Amino acid sequence: MKALLVCEQREGKILDTSYELVAFADRLGAEKVMVLVGKEAPKVDGKVYLADVDKFGEYNPDLHKQVVLEAIQKENPDYVVFVHSSYGWDLAPRVAAALKVGQVSEVVNIVDGKFELALCNAKLRRTVSPKGARAVLTVQAGAFNAVEASGSAQVEAIEVAGSSQLQFVGYEPAEKKDVDLGRAEIIVSAGRGVGKKENVAIIAELAKAFGGELGASRPVVDAGWVAHSHQVGTTGQTVSPKLYVACGISGAIQHLAGMKKSDFIVAINKDKDAPISEAADVMVVADVLQLAPVLMEKLRAA
Amino acid sequence: MKVLVCIKQVPDMESRFKVNGSGDWYDEADLAYRMNEYDEYAVEQAVQLKEQLGDAPDVTVLSIGPDRVGDALKKALAMGCDRAVHVQDPDSCRKDPWQIADIIASFAKGKDFDVIFTGMQSQDRGSAQVGVTVAERLGHNCTTTLVGFGFADGVITAKRELEGGLKSVVKVPLPALVTCQLGLNVPRYPTLPNIMKAKKKEFVTVPAAELLTEQPAVATEKLYPPVKSGSAVVLEGDLAQVADRLLGILKEKTTVVK
Repeated sequence: MKALLVCEQREGKILDTSYELVAFADRLGAEKVMVLVGKEAPKVDGKVYLADVDKFGEYNPDLHKQVVLEAIQKENPDYVVFVHSSYGWDLAPRVAAALKVGQVSEVVNIVDGKFELALCNAKLRRTVSPKGARAVLTVQAGAFNAVEASGSAQVEAIEVAGSSQLQFVGYEPAEKKDVDLGRAEIIVSAGRGVGKKENVAIIAELAKAFGGELGASRPVVDAGWVAHSHQVGTTGQTVSPKLYVACGISGAIQHLAGMKKSDFIVAINKDKDAPISEAADVMVVADVLQLAPVLMEKLRAA
Repeated sequence: MKVLVCIKQVPDMESRFKVNGSGDWYDEADLAYRMNEYDEYAVEQAVQLKEQLGDAPDVTVLSIGPDRVGDALKKALAMGCDRAVHVQDPDSCRKDPWQIADIIASFAKGKDFDVIFTGMQSQDRGSAQVGVTVAERLGHNCTTTLVGFGFADGVITAKRELEGGLKSVVKVPLPALVTCQLGLNVPRYPTLPNIMKAKKKEFVTVPAAELLTEQPAVATEKLYPPVKSGSAVVLEGDLAQVADRLLGILKEKTTVVK
């Protein structure tokens, strides 16, 4: 069995998730070959097909597709594996369509040789298997622990013709942060379960009583209740404080990926079975709006 | 200009989900359905584009599924789409993304849609495949995960959301398909007069069998609730007692609560 791993870089720097693909291939028990549009190969043993980013573009899925197809032609892999990221979910279906093969998105585990996926906000799981001899996969970021970046690749340059009408203009840096959650020792986060914008103040007060910072889940940020700089999750910040308190957060995959490495996790939720309970060390079944004042009083008295 | 918006109807994600009798999907009884959240942004962006271009574009909204998806289509019409196409398929939950994309591509082929909007993923499956696959099938330019949309002189300026708060800007000439991320715009609520007007708009139904040409590429083996690791300590009951026990645990297990 052979897996072609499609690695990812940004402005010349290999993304760590590329090493998660290696871990995934190891779990699969597959021989690995890598392909990357970039400047230099990842630090892995094995063959790496490298296409020059100056020629194929920082972001150009039409051209990157041609690069991946060329590597597939040379290697004839059973699986073509991407990270389920803004790069991977954008590129993978194009490769699958060109090959006319099935794609399995956001694999979280391998169970009895089948791919396990989460659905409905991680409230359900399912196992799937692709029907053809070959398949395209995307792997959930953080689901497989990255291997250490060590080793020396056997690099082979890739040249392929292609054309595209897309024009990458450039990156726009993240908004200036008024808070650095990455440095916070305690984060108390508000989720949709707090009910309305006015109630966020109660969670902010609770964060203060704990001596921590306010975090938030994506829906709360999209609704304009909390500034984006406070967002925890794959599209916000990935955090690992000593204590993480999730208030009214159901635990969508994207949020869990951003906080599950915290040292100690407390979830406060009315629903005992909310997916956040999977990541939590303590699951408090309560309405956080009622519990918060009681907690604050005791914290201040301490 | 012709615009197509593809929407899906999904269960409310706050629901409690149960596995169905055959163990291959969730039980659809007792679930409340609504328009996929990502697709609301797609509909809103299509309507905003129509408004920007002096009402000239003709906006078709399409959905695949059983009779209930008519509600989602009616909402899209009330938000400002011009006509609706209901691809009737009582068994759409058993179609994989490859087949759903096939149905949409078969419908759109030869109709010369200049811009196609979809959500970046559905809230239930979350495969993030259908939009991109449709674009590939039709030969449209495509980019994904939009949190910003501009249009001038036949070119879309798309702002894509990447990881960690980073964004990128890409120019995409028409014909194009773009997939919409949460937060792209502020989807409007249909007003009562617009709900009334929507009742008079064209509403076409097409059986899925007339459009489907592909076999499934991926088979669902089994569906099940997540196995509970059961490691979490559960606290419930009297709030004062719960608070005392929680703080006791935090003092013992962490170094940051004294």
